[in-house]
Amino acid sequence: MTENMTTTENWITVCHEQDLVSNSGVCALVNEQQVALFKLASANDEQVYAISNWDPIGKANVLYRGLVGSLKDKPVVASPLYKQRYCLSTGQCMDDLMQKVAVYPCRIVEQQVQLQCVTAS
Amino acid sequence: MSQTLSKIKVVIVGNGMVGHHFVEQLAGQDLCAEITVLCAEPRLAYDRVHLSEYFSGKTADDLALTTGEHYDELHVSYKTNARVSHIDKVHKTVTTEVGEIFEYDKLVLATGSYPFVPPILGNDQPHCLVYRTIEDLEAISASSKASKIGVVVGGGLLGLEAANALKQAGLETHVVEFAPQLMAVQVDAGGGRLLKSKIEELGVTVHTQKATQSIEAGDSCRYKMCFADGESLETDMILFSAGIRPQDALAREFDITIGERGGIVVNNQCQTSDPDIYAIGECALWNNFIFGLVAPGYTMARAAASHISGGDLAFTGADMSTKLKLMGVDVGSIGDAHARTQGALSYTYENQPESVYKKIVVSQDQTKLLGAVLVGDNSEYDTLLQYALNGIDLPEHPESLILPSTGEAAPGLGADALPVTATICSCHNVSKGDIIDVIDQGSCDLSEIKTCTKASTGCGGCAALLKNVVDCELEKRGVEVKKDICEHFAFSRQELFHIVQVEKIRTFDGLLSKHGHGLGCEVCKPAVGSILASVWNDFVLAQDHVGLQDTNDTYLANMQKDGTYSVVPRIAGGEITPDKLIVLGQVAKKYNLYTKVTGGQRIDLFGARVEQLPPIWQELIDAGFETGHAYAKSLRTVKSCVGSTWCRYGVQDAVGQAIELENRYKGLRSPHKLKFGVSGCTRECAEAQSKDIGIIATENGWNLYVCGNGGMKPRHGDLFATDLDTATLVKYIDRVLMFYVRTADRLQRTSVWMENLEGGLDYLKAVVINDSLDIGEALESQMQNVVDSYECEWKKAISEQQSAKRFRQFVNSEKSDVNIVFVEEREQIRPATEQEKAQLTQSAGADSAQSEEQESLADTLV
Repeated sequence: MTENMTTTENWITVCHEQDLVSNSGVCALVNEQQVALFKLASANDEQVYAISNWDPIGKANVLYRGLVGSLKDKPVVASPLYKQRYCLSTGQCMDDLMQKVAVYPCRIVEQQVQLQCVTAS
Repeated sequence: MSQTLSKIKVVIVGNGMVGHHFVEQLAGQDLCAEITVLCAEPRLAYDRVHLSEYFSGKTADDLALTTGEHYDELHVSYKTNARVSHIDKVHKTVTTEVGEIFEYDKLVLATGSYPFVPPILGNDQPHCLVYRTIEDLEAISASSKASKIGVVVGGGLLGLEAANALKQAGLETHVVEFAPQLMAVQVDAGGGRLLKSKIEELGVTVHTQKATQSIEAGDSCRYKMCFADGESLETDMILFSAGIRPQDALAREFDITIGERGGIVVNNQCQTSDPDIYAIGECALWNNFIFGLVAPGYTMARAAASHISGGDLAFTGADMSTKLKLMGVDVGSIGDAHARTQGALSYTYENQPESVYKKIVVSQDQTKLLGAVLVGDNSEYDTLLQYALNGIDLPEHPESLILPSTGEAAPGLGADALPVTATICSCHNVSKGDIIDVIDQGSCDLSEIKTCTKASTGCGGCAALLKNVVDCELEKRGVEVKKDICEHFAFSRQELFHIVQVEKIRTFDGLLSKHGHGLGCEVCKPAVGSILASVWNDFVLAQDHVGLQDTNDTYLANMQKDGTYSVVPRIAGGEITPDKLIVLGQVAKKYNLYTKVTGGQRIDLFGARVEQLPPIWQELIDAGFETGHAYAKSLRTVKSCVGSTWCRYGVQDAVGQAIELENRYKGLRSPHKLKFGVSGCTRECAEAQSKDIGIIATENGWNLYVCGNGGMKPRHGDLFATDLDTATLVKYIDRVLMFYVRTADRLQRTSVWMENLEGGLDYLKAVVINDSLDIGEALESQMQNVVDSYECEWKKAISEQQSAKRFRQFVNSEKSDVNIVFVEEREQIRPATEQEKAQLTQSAGADSAQSEEQESLADTLV
């Protein structure tokens, strides 16, 4: 089975906006890499984030199943395994400064969720 | 004094409670010591304080304080039946009766005491016994079987304990006391009078001011006790409990200094006249005083262990205040109970109808508390003890401390008034200063402070005081005692619950926009999710709620370390048909799941990928299973024994009851998980007392226990009510659980909730049984609401497309997560370790020309 992806310039469409779940996460497979996608919505704002799905502490592909929220106004996801929080904008682990996960630029264009340039293998 | 590399040899003579405490203390020191215990009794240390419980069913094993295995673990060598008969102070050896010789560098005498038998003619007859060792108890037990009447000689603390033992053995029991009153050491005349009447109410006859002169052959009984006043008393057996004498014979024989009236003389380090020989416990004489209580003995043990290992802990006397329950009667004695201090004044309160006697003794200027006597009600003991021990200034009207409150609360002692040195927990010797230290190190949580200091984990008597100290200290240093759940809500869970209920808020966003800020987090979201579920019981995967759930709730399964899930269908009461059992086996086999029987009497299927969950559940639901909520903070299981249906001993249908209860409460979301147990008889095979709700069958109905816990910090449930019919049982459980759901903190188990509940068990009983808050019906109807709106979440998740969509690894691919790799162990799968994964990837990537080794490794790939 192949992944349903189309490339426009450097942006790759990975799924439809409706595949996202508000204030929660889903996972996309992009060039065999697992990317966790989050949509954070409040009354007057909506933002999508994409980070690596790999939990470097728990050593499993699970970050998309974490709870999202904010920590001192920074958007974060808490690993479902051991609850470390990762900043969705920078990938920095807020509970262990030695840990960081990859962050991918992400946007929604015409209801298409797009990532920028994930290096193809 | 520096230690050489060779081990220091420490020999301990005697393995009573104090000797054992010494061993534990010394073994815990950072000292290279070779410890040898020589114990004259046939068994190692046991709890002599609770000796009388031997007659209420405890065995010698129950009373044991240690075991041979435990000593082996501590690298302590020990010998039982090894009575020491010789000390060679020059060559530093001791010799046992059978001639075994042991060398020592330091010798510790913990020989204890022996019961004093008054010199009465005929006191050495077969049924004239003493009360000190388990062997004594065995003799008493044997004798009481051949007796109808028993007499205890001695009306002190131990004498009354012994009388209780005889009474429990079913004998007509008498106490004969030489003094004009009972417990003359601890209690004054007024207290003694009341104590006597209370003891007599319990069916024990008390004879005071009786001097026994001889024990002769009886007419109607085995013996006749003849008293100095010419009267006599017939009895079948006699138990002497007229005080103790230090067991100092060994020291006496080998020229270690002995006090005038016995006892091995020791200094503040517990050294005897020979500096390499120590004496501790009841055999030691400090400042011309023998301490016949266990707590001072422990302090001596700590002092001696400290000195031997180079520390500077000293024994400087001990407070002999005591609080105890004798045959169900509260007795407390503090300091100068007899007002012997010069100029001492006293206040007395006596309530004969309710059998309560209280006296406080104060200094001449009425500013300090010198002592107190309490009989029939010990509730002021802790406060009074703090006043006395710490020299705290008394309030203006000291009598208010013991007068019954008339509406206004009695002036409790503010924790703030206690000096830093005040002992808060006497069981573990924790001072207010120790508690302040751990608060300074960052602990702001009561249970954390309990764990760090061990305070209030012994008898628990200081729990309320401890909480006061902690709250007061936190407030004092400006650490607002914050109950805020997290940075997004300035409310405690209880307050949020109230807001949700009163304002009828049904979504997290609604609550956040009105009462919080930010986006929420992994703390407040599940907490609010749980509150919303408790109050409204909406589907947890509904769009408004799905983002609130912890991953386990989101995927209705339990995430394991590799990101796969375990599946646990409900098996109510642990009862399952063969057909259903077969289905579980078939499903496990089909999806290649690891299976294990859980502690909650059901079957856990491990290793399901997220995308496998819906098809697995489809099969389970088709076969009649429903979700087991193993992923949720809610009722997990009701464990049961097989009950009266099959068991020869069962008195009620435990399985039937368990199934009913499990089905009633299965949908309830709560601050933390809940477990029940139902046992069909008092043998308690379902271990119900270790559950949040424990139910034990009686001949007449059900006994209800609440707030027990197994797990990390075991706690026996508190007996809440007895002999209930099923309707009342359900009513009480409804109320207890809903009150817990309403008032507990987030992730607070019922056991911790109970420990932090002001007023504790009595308060909960008042709320639930007497409906003191007038909320009983509201609690019940709220529970009924939850019961009525129950639905199987898995059934609903599968039927709703939007929810079913969530169960996939990738939104854009049907592939599976390649990082999930299993290997085989004991004929089932298990997650591969990182190392195994690396090897497997390597071998998979290697040329087709694989070595045999790699082939065999690859074979384990599933």
